[in-house]
This record gives sequence, C-alpha cells and structure tokens, in this order.
Amino acid sequence: MSGKMSSIMLRALVYAATAITLGVLFFLIGYILVKGVPYLTPSLFALKYTSDNVSMFPAIINTIVMTTLSLLIAVPFGIFTAIYLVEYAKRGNKLVEAIRLTTETLAGIPSIVYGLFGMLFFVTYLGLGYSLIAGSATLSIMILPLVMRTSEEALRAVPDSYREASFGIGAGRLRTVGKIVLPSAVPGILAGVILAIGRIVGETAALIYTAGTVARIPETVFSSTRTLSVHMYLLSSEGFNTDQAYATAVVLLAIVLLINTLSAAIAKKVTKA
Amino acid sequence: MKYMKEAVMKNIFMLAALASIFAVLLICVFLFANGIPAMKEIGLFDFLTGRQWTPGNEPPSFGILPMIAGSVSVTLGAIIVGVPIGILTAVFLAYYCPKMIYRYLKPSVELLAGIPSVIYGFFGLVVLVPLTRDLFGGDGNSMLTASLLLGVMILPTIIGVSESAIRAVPDHYYEGSLALGATHERAIFATVLPAAKSGVVAAVVLGVGRAIGETMAVIMVAGNQPRMPVGILKGVRTMTANIVIEMGYAAELHRGALIATGVVLFVFILIINLTFSFLKRRTSL
Repeated sequence: MSGKMSSIMLRALVYAATAITLGVLFFLIGYILVKGVPYLTPSLFALKYTSDNVSMFPAIINTIVMTTLSLLIAVPFGIFTAIYLVEYAKRGNKLVEAIRLTTETLAGIPSIVYGLFGMLFFVTYLGLGYSLIAGSATLSIMILPLVMRTSEEALRAVPDSYREASFGIGAGRLRTVGKIVLPSAVPGILAGVILAIGRIVGETAALIYTAGTVARIPETVFSSTRTLSVHMYLLSSEGFNTDQAYATAVVLLAIVLLINTLSAAIAKKVTKA
Repeated sequence: MKYMKEAVMKNIFMLAALASIFAVLLICVFLFANGIPAMKEIGLFDFLTGRQWTPGNEPPSFGILPMIAGSVSVTLGAIIVGVPIGILTAVFLAYYCPKMIYRYLKPSVELLAGIPSVIYGFFGLVVLVPLTRDLFGGDGNSMLTASLLLGVMILPTIIGVSESAIRAVPDHYYEGSLALGATHERAIFATVLPAAKSGVVAAVVLGVGRAIGETMAVIMVAGNQPRMPVGILKGVRTMTANIVIEMGYAAELHRGALIATGVVLFVFILIINLTFSFLKRRTSL
C-alpha cells in the first residue's frame, strides 16, 4: 500500500472514531428524550410514591437533601486540605506526599467499594442503619478527592503577586488566605463543587446498601431514602414500569446536562480571567 | 492573640488534610477485617480458584473464579471496543479539530463522563440487549453487550488522558517529521503517538480501572449467571455484580464471602492505581 493510501485510510479512521463517539452520545440522549418525554406526566411528580403511581418526587427531594448533606461534609474538608497543601505545607513534605497518594487512591476506588465500606462502617459499626446520614457520609468520602483537587488547582491559579501584596501591607497568612486568595479562587472551587454534585446525583452503587431504597421523603437524617438514580435503577430492574423509568431517565439526564453546562461555563470564565 | 489564631487555623487545615489518609486507612481496615475471616474460613485457595459459587447449597460453595473471569473478560472486551476509538478520537481532538468545533466537541466528550451509570445501563438494557439479540442470537444479556457498553463508558477516560499525553509531545516532533517529508498522518502516527506512548498506556490502565469497577451498568446487561464464562454471547457475572445482587439477603459466611469479593476487587484496583500513578509520574501528565 502506498504512503498516500495509508494516510487517507488513517484519516478516515480518525474521523470515523470521532463520529462514533459523538454518535453514541447524541443517540443515547436523543433516544431517552424521545422515549421518555411523553411519559413525563404530572402524576409522576405527586407527593407520594405508591406501587400504582411510581412518583419520582420523593426521590427528587431525597437527592437534593443527600447532595446538600454530602457537600456540607466534603466541601470544608476539601477546601481546607487544598489550603493546607497550597498555602501552608512546605515543598517535599512527607505528609504532602502521603496526602497526594491517598487522594489518588480514593479517586480510583469504585463506588461499589465505597458502598461496601459505608455499609460496614457507617451502617453496621456506627449503628446508623440504612439512612440518609450513612449514605451522605459515604458519598462525602467519595467526592472528597474531586473537591480537593479542583480547589487545589483553583488556589494555585491565584497569582503569587496577590499574596505578596497582602503580606506587604502587613496581613498575616490566615488573613491573606481568607480575604485575598480564597475569594479569587471561588469560581474554580465552584466548578469543582458542581462536578461533585453531578457525581452524587448519578451515584447508585454506593447508596443501595448505605441509604437503602425507601421511596419516601425522609423525616430525619436517620431515615432510609432512595435518590433519583437508585429509583431509576429499581424501576428498570423491577421491569413493571419501563415507561416511567424512561421518564425518570429524562429528568436525571436533564439534571446532568444542566450541571455539566454550568460547570463548563464557570470553568471557561475562570480561564478567561 | 493574632498568633494564636494563626496557629490554631494552621492546625485545623492540617487536620482536615489528614482526612484523606484517615479515610483510606479506615476503608482498608474495615474491608480487610470483615473480608479476611471469611477467606480464611473458606480457604484462600478455594475462594480464589473455586469454580462453584453456590451459597444456597448444603454445604455451600464459595469459589469466585467465575466472577474474576467475568470481570476480566468484560474489561478486556471494553478495552478492545473503547481503546481504538478513544485514542483515534483523542488524535482528532489534538491534531484535526478546528478550534471552533473543539469548543463544542470537548464538552461533549466530558458530558459522556457525566452521564450516570444507571442511564448507561438502562440504555444498554433497552437498546443494546435487543440489538445483540437480533444480530447475533442468544438472549442478549451477554459478555458482548456488557463489553460494548463498558467500551463506551470508558471512552471519556481514554480520550481525556490520551489527549493530554498527545498534547504533551513537543511540537518539534511533529514539525521535524513534516520537514522530512512525512504526511500529516504519518507524522502523527509514526512520530507523535509513539512519543506519547506511556501516557496512552496510562490512559488504558485508567480505563481498565473504570471498567473493572463499574457496577450498575454491567448488572443491567450482563445476565449475571455465576458460572465460568462460556462464550461471548452468554451471560457472565462480574465481581461488582456479585456483591450488589446478593448482599441484600446474604448472612454469615455468605455475607463474609461477598465482602471478601469486595476485598479482591479492591486489591485489583489498588494494583491498577499504583500502575497508573507510576506511569503518570513517568510522563508528568
């Protein structure tokens, strides 16, 4: 085969691969929208879930509460760790290396392993039972590396001249971090937090055996709950409510699309500034 | 007073930073402490190489070789599907894509990573399962379907890491190659890609980690029969599926054996992660 021929073939392959990647994405989104939107009836957003009307409304509320709780735990830890790594730790510090290694490890652990751990530790050992709090504690560990890494990048992106100017007019390190560095890093941190929300909303395997599957709006943080993703999994595996599963998938997809767009928009703003 | 506050806050930041170390230790301790006794009772060798998983029998048999084989085979399938498409798409993004299109293409690829696994699983269930059933026969819930679905799911990982590896190759490799008379394609595939090799390998390793750890999507399309894989059109059960499917009703040794399955999965993942960080350090991605 001549060089020219093989070049043309390679180019065709490159274009074909990209077309497949995009094709799958658009087909998946399009298929679910077309099949699901007609079933988005008001009754699916009724206050109560019953076996006749598999309303997703309780699951939506649970998802919001679960997300809020997980963020409340993970975000302070993530930001504080990032502050320590960027503003306080000295270069080549052994502790820093240990933190990096463990964070990378956490980032690679699959959600089912988090689920197992959450079941063993929060549900059984701490005796929390299948509950909102056990689920969100598990998820907060899961999203910790994501929040930490994006916060760290955001802090590092703040120019040193900001810090030097602040020190120069007599501010201490804490004040410099709190008044100068953190505020400038907020958009970057926010983009990471939004991605973390996306992971929480989409999570299933880590929740089935930590938060359980009860389809009710929780009374306390010790109630068992199902989030929208768990709801969607149960609907499709039970197999009686496929149309409703399509409709739930539409809502989930819409949330994910919104989250991705928001995060990308904020990230774009950060790189521009 | 001011110094007090500085010192206190510094220590608070440091304590928070210890959280990830603490979390990893806690995860290791609880998984191993709950999984190892069961492994001992079953016998490590029998557990890892036993071909029978029959927790309901009297006496029960807990061999997870079928699930290990299941995880490895669908992961291999996912790599065969996802790696070529992923690397070629990464090449497109780095060397073919006009800037105007890149602005939309890159977020689309990232969106693939953001779609929850239940949605992929559901899509597999309603589209891929009937499709493979009609095209190749069998009941559609199979190793092939799971591999196809996982292949798509690891695309964003493969594309993202390969693209940065390709972009990390200095421009003069490409330019030098062109100056010697190579075509655009030859310069990329004979010069740039080989130079990005370890980064691309890192991408594949990370993809393996994603595929082997994936749970919900696989459960929904793989058939989940706990037996040694018998063909790509037949069902398989992965380690992840084994845990989720049976944990709900398992007790005593059965439960221990499921946690031990998690331990084996965890060890797989640790090895994969270490390989990835090693490759990543070498290429400074």
